[in-house]
Amino acid sequence: MIEFRSVTKRFPDGTVAVDDFSLVLPSHKTTVLVGSSGSGKTTLLRMVNRMVDPSSGSIEIDGEDTSTLEPVALRRRIGYVMQNSGLLPHLKVLDNVATVPVLNGVPRREARQQALTLLDTVGLDRALADRYPSQLSGGQQQRVGVARGLAADPNILLMDEPFGAVDPIVRDELQQELIRLQRELGKTVVFVTHDIDEAFLLGDQVVILEQGGRIAQVGSPTEIMEAPASDFVASFIGADRGKRALSIRKTEHGFILVDGEGRAAGVLVGTADAG
Amino acid sequence: MNWILDNLDLMLELTLQHIRLSLPPIILGFLISVPLGWVAYRFQLTRGFLLTVAGLLYTIPSLALFVILPPILGISFLSEINITIALTIYAVAILTRSVADALGSVDPAVRDCATAMGYGPWRRFWTVEFPLAGPVTLAGLRVAAVSTVSLVTVGILIGVQSLGYLFTNGLQRRILVEVFAGVVLVVLVALLIDALLAMAGRRLMPWAPRPRSSRRLALRGSAAPE
Ligand SMILES: Nc1ncnc2c1ncn2[C@@H]1O[C@H](COP(=O)(O)OP(=O)(O)O)[C@@H](O)[C@H]1O
Ligand SMILES: [Mg+2]
Repeated sequence: MIEFRSVTKRFPDGTVAVDDFSLVLPSHKTTVLVGSSGSGKTTLLRMVNRMVDPSSGSIEIDGEDTSTLEPVALRRRIGYVMQNSGLLPHLKVLDNVATVPVLNGVPRREARQQALTLLDTVGLDRALADRYPSQLSGGQQQRVGVARGLAADPNILLMDEPFGAVDPIVRDELQQELIRLQRELGKTVVFVTHDIDEAFLLGDQVVILEQGGRIAQVGSPTEIMEAPASDFVASFIGADRGKRALSIRKTEHGFILVDGEGRAAGVLVGTADAG
Repeated sequence: MNWILDNLDLMLELTLQHIRLSLPPIILGFLISVPLGWVAYRFQLTRGFLLTVAGLLYTIPSLALFVILPPILGISFLSEINITIALTIYAVAILTRSVADALGSVDPAVRDCATAMGYGPWRRFWTVEFPLAGPVTLAGLRVAAVSTVSLVTVGILIGVQSLGYLFTNGLQRRILVEVFAGVVLVVLVALLIDALLAMAGRRLMPWAPRPRSSRRLALRGSAAPE
């Protein structure tokens, strides 16, 4: 469990990126922080592994105040996946994946062996192991980034817009892959995005942020869609434009679902079990 | 042409001597520039100062430096150390800026990502930032190397033997072929060292995109102080 307690971050230039933020992120669940650019998402994420230290307030991981932990050691036990993969361009794919175990003192041979298995886990061909990152497609790079984030088998995985820079089809694939992985691994995932659909797709808990890291609403996707807490939220999730208000329309062949503007959103195939 | 055939031994000996004189300033200059360049890159306050001093050093005519150094350092005018120190200063003058620029050229996102994975500052510098600064550093090193090779010739004016001997001797005795041979050999030595550096770069940095600009930079280096 990760807990933010009244966390504020004021940068030296006076920017208040996060203002009095409190939140509990349950273990083994995916919490998605979603908000527009500049709302403090990256800053919040980086305070978990102490790449940024809060100006006031505290962050606890499983009841331990992170300010008492040594930052470098802390980072080695938290996975981090960033946009544009953040791979080290001078290391081959396999060595990129093996980086954190090697930093942790695992012998290189063993770490590379284990890295090969991780390539399988994230659905990458082992033949790519000897390439440099620049020789991979954007989607492949992101997969390597995920494999590297998982390499030290961390309990916590931080993901900063990891699929933001790939094309929609590849993004779909990567999202499905992450859902599958998370079902198997059950990490405590903190996922940052500006895409509300991605947030609803991946999040067990979704946190909608306004500027300054102010929480507009926290809840499951269902809760937020059923009852947007404010006009801001309604507009952010598209409810005000009727995007979330679907109705059934009968056609010659059956039933389709249409949104508030009458555009087709899907077909009706039955009723899903709640939850 | 006869002169060349009669003096092959002399030319070989002078070429080897020239290479022997060129290498220490290049290597020393590089070793000294890494910490200096890091300081210039890391601390904004020192950056302007260090780079200005480095730039000024490079404008001192080499002959003047050969004459100034011995009394300051208490060494003999005719000593090889005099040449080595003077040319090391020029190499440092070029390379400090290169190293600072090279470190500045490393993508901040990659630096962040190394930090996020749990690299400590020392390890991050040597295994991530310094290698990634390699291509730009190498471009500077090639400029410094070519410049050093051409500057070694000036040493002949204070009596240190090198290919420069072919210039002065050829001029005195009005043997144009000798002067010409000297020029060609200096260029060949410069090209040889430059090629070796480029090769070493490809060997050590197989991940780097092949830079076409480094060759242009290397040629610009021949505009060295006289
Ligand atoms: N190192 C920094 N120094 C000063 N301001 C910063 C720094 N990092 C982020 N900010 C500012 O803090 C705010 C939040 O930034 P960030 O957390 O990156 O937002 P997001 O990831 O949601 O786009 C922005 O206004 C940004 O300009
Ligand atoms: Mg961000």
